[in-house]
Amino acid sequence: MYKKNKKLIQGLVIGLLFGFFLQKGGVTRYEVLMGQLRLTDFTVLKVILTAIIVSMLGVSYLYPKGKVPVETKEGSIKNAIIGGLLFGIGFGLLGYCPGTIAGAVGNGSIDAITGGFVGIVLGTVIYAMMYKKLKESGVLTIDKFSEYSLFHKISGNPFKITLPIGAALVLVMYIIEKAGF
Amino acid sequence: MDFLMLDRWSPYIIGVLIGLLNIGALLVSKKALGASTSYMKLGGIIYSYFNKEKVENNTYYQKTELKLDWGIMLVVGIILGAFVSAMISGSFNLTAVPNMWAREISDSVVIRFFVAVTGGIFLGIGSRWANGCTSGHSISGTSLLSVISWVSSIAFFIGGIAVAFLIYGI
Repeated sequence: MYKKNKKLIQGLVIGLLFGFFLQKGGVTRYEVLMGQLRLTDFTVLKVILTAIIVSMLGVSYLYPKGKVPVETKEGSIKNAIIGGLLFGIGFGLLGYCPGTIAGAVGNGSIDAITGGFVGIVLGTVIYAMMYKKLKESGVLTIDKFSEYSLFHKISGNPFKITLPIGAALVLVMYIIEKAGF
Repeated sequence: MDFLMLDRWSPYIIGVLIGLLNIGALLVSKKALGASTSYMKLGGIIYSYFNKEKVENNTYYQKTELKLDWGIMLVVGIILGAFVSAMISGSFNLTAVPNMWAREISDSVVIRFFVAVTGGIFLGIGSRWANGCTSGHSISGTSLLSVISWVSSIAFFIGGIAVAFLIYGI
């Protein structure tokens, strides 16, 4: 019971910080998120790419020491493309994504509660109802990339792969800055 | 402590903080940041109040435990954290129709509501289909070098950019 509550409190505290950072980054606002999708404001991409670099380098250091788990999602490239595009349609219509729906609720956006929150919960219920058919008809698949991570494949020091990836992402952000965004 | 009152921080600082937070979550809770699974659990919990049997017999819900957990508390935390940040910087703003939408599309609350719900439904279906969202795939999974997460993330933005241009024009 104590252990269970400890997990819940950890989730709450990490969520508090996540929500605080998202709001301070401006990405709990429709204008900033939609600005990214309209390619006029690159705040979202800058936040995501920087977070990827930091997290990836941290994992590169900690994973070989056995301090952090590397568990990735089940699925397939096909599911990722179809599901990803459906998600994208929703992202474009609503202007918030699942994490930022919660952030926008905290920011006072009523459309994030009455529209986003209600809609996304409803969408997951519809998916659960369709799941058996999608699975049995072979629309949903599992391929060799299911639960795959490059970290599992790298022999030796992960930094030899993650440093070049990090450098490439920094270059992308440098170009975006230079282009005036 | 003046920086806490600022309306916005640099996106690069925010990115570093979120990256560190993801590492912290992996270290402390052995879990990566992610939001969409929690909406599915909430949906299952709410639905089982109306029809317990149907949820118990559903093969998708059978894959997970439908109860209050780390991930649901994370989403509760996001709401509270964003609220605290908005309050101390004075940027809390009760709005039913976002300014950009009102200015360029329509100031009707009803139209915005229907488009938002439709968008939410697509997000719910898409995030389950792809097994993750902009947190679980685009921040956590990408940094864990999952190919599925990279492909999903690119698809999220291709779909989102296409719809944004359809709505607002070039």
